[in-house]
Amino acid sequence: MYGLGLAKGLMVTMKNFIRPPFTVQYPEERLPQHPRFRGEEFVWYDERCTGCASCAKYCPLGIIKIVTSPSETAVLEGDKYDIEVFDIDIGRCMFCGLCVEACPYDALFMGSGFERGRYQRKDLVISVDELRQAVKRPSTWFRPQLENARYDPQEGEPLAWEDVGREKWPWHKQEKAGAKINRTVHRGGAESSQDKK
Amino acid sequence: MVPFLQDNVIYRGVYCWLGGNEGNAQWCGGDGLLPGGYEWVAYFVAGLTIMLILVNGALLGAAVFVWAERRLLARFQARRGPNRWGPWGILQPIADLVKLLIKEDIIPTAADRIAFTLVPIIMLMSLLLSLAVLPFARNTYLANLNIGVLYIVAVSSMTTIAIFMAGWASANKFAMFGAMRGVTMLISYEIPLILSLVGVVLIAGSMSLVSVVEAQYLPFILVQPLGALVFMLGISAELNRTPFDILEAESEIVAGYHTEYSGIKFALIQAAEMAGVLAASGFLATLFLGGWSGPFLSTQLGALWFLMKLSFFVFLFIWIRATFPRLRIDQIMAFAWKFLLPLAMINFLATAVQVYFFGFYHGDVPGEITRNEQWVMAAINVPLAVASIVAFGHFAREGIRVPAVRLESIVPIPRVAEVD
Repeated sequence: MYGLGLAKGLMVTMKNFIRPPFTVQYPEERLPQHPRFRGEEFVWYDERCTGCASCAKYCPLGIIKIVTSPSETAVLEGDKYDIEVFDIDIGRCMFCGLCVEACPYDALFMGSGFERGRYQRKDLVISVDELRQAVKRPSTWFRPQLENARYDPQEGEPLAWEDVGREKWPWHKQEKAGAKINRTVHRGGAESSQDKK
Repeated sequence: MVPFLQDNVIYRGVYCWLGGNEGNAQWCGGDGLLPGGYEWVAYFVAGLTIMLILVNGALLGAAVFVWAERRLLARFQARRGPNRWGPWGILQPIADLVKLLIKEDIIPTAADRIAFTLVPIIMLMSLLLSLAVLPFARNTYLANLNIGVLYIVAVSSMTTIAIFMAGWASANKFAMFGAMRGVTMLISYEIPLILSLVGVVLIAGSMSLVSVVEAQYLPFILVQPLGALVFMLGISAELNRTPFDILEAESEIVAGYHTEYSGIKFALIQAAEMAGVLAASGFLATLFLGGWSGPFLSTQLGALWFLMKLSFFVFLFIWIRATFPRLRIDQIMAFAWKFLLPLAMINFLATAVQVYFFGFYHGDVPGEITRNEQWVMAAINVPLAVASIVAFGHFAREGIRVPAVRLESIVPIPRVAEVD
């Protein structure tokens, strides 16, 4: 019958009118955030990072800049590098998370923030000092060990570097780059390995 | 000097407070502040007071309505609406007004400056003039015209002229489109609108709005259900509200006839439109819901009853706006001519026959239609309304028309074989 559709439409809006609004008043109220959120403010553990720059190589946008300096003694032993620059230009980042996927040592994690508005583009570059000093609440994205531990980056405590990896590396800290390791370097051994290739 | 507005309680209060003396003792009943011979001052002050109250009341009402509409529309769409300034965002209209006042007031170079500037004035004027006959409470009206209903129709039709002036003076194609659409639609809707009021006038036996209120032993929405429906829909089109807002369709023609308006002129046009909804709700409440008469204490609480009825219709207008999408021009025309006009005619004929017989029952001169007779009329008219809505709804259903002209007859399309 003509006109019943109109009445039906009126009833739909009336139902909405009676129902409480589901708009969230954002700065005052917040919706719960998923722990696997891929946000800004990457969480990076200096102690775990070897400076391999896998993240920089995998980044589709090429926005991660890493400058390392080899520690003078132990390079050819496969020892660590000292990280001087670790710039992530999140102004151009699309938060695909490939850098986190690429990290072989579980040193880089996504963060949970999304409120990093700045007035200038250069302020959007996260420097290595900022990464070192940040409060470290890593997102559990692509990190099943955190997810299995039911870690919540919103509520949980900041995690230390020993707790975030797939396995604990107790020796890792001592062999960190820059710290001069008291050990002899066998240059010949390195050359012989190149010969084999 | 005989006061012009003898029945108006506010006018009489101000007049007697200032100019009461022996000369008007039986009317005022006390001495005023001014000495004898200065009644003309009281005359002017009282008149200006009434005007001030009416004009500012209309504009303030428009501001409150803007807020109420935004809040309610938001709630109908499961949002919250403006809630930042003041409790529940009630100060939002002030922010809007300040924004509009400090905006640049642009007049296009090609525009007809005089007509362009006159448009907001005429729009607001037609609205304020129509408020003059509206009884807000017992003895609270500016003028009890004996042609009040006709006056409303005549005065509110001036908006059409203002809209066309806006479209013509703007020298803008979108404005012209909007104005043309508006004039087409408004002229069509005048007819059912006026016809729907005839029934009310027949029953009340007078065109004065005060008499109409006093004749309503039963709210006329029951006695005249078809008339109320047609008037509601027709006035909704007259006010350019959303199902009929083709003349300012944002998604098609930028803002229609007020595309080129900005700043205070735009604010005035908006105020006129918004206060127009209030005025229309006031007329609906007066004509079909008993105006200031309520179930009890109509004399003391008349303004309250009136305000409640007005709010009911305002809510209905906002509800309709929140629900229905904009109609096409052909749908709007079909709705006016195939649906509203027959309904208005049926209502008119049915009411005329009923009033004739009830008048015959009273004697030679058609007398007052009593309460019981109004109940009988309601019992006849409500089923009649339902039946005719169903019937004409079926007739007025618009199918999608395929254009008769085929593309090939305009542009010859070469066949593949001929191209080879």
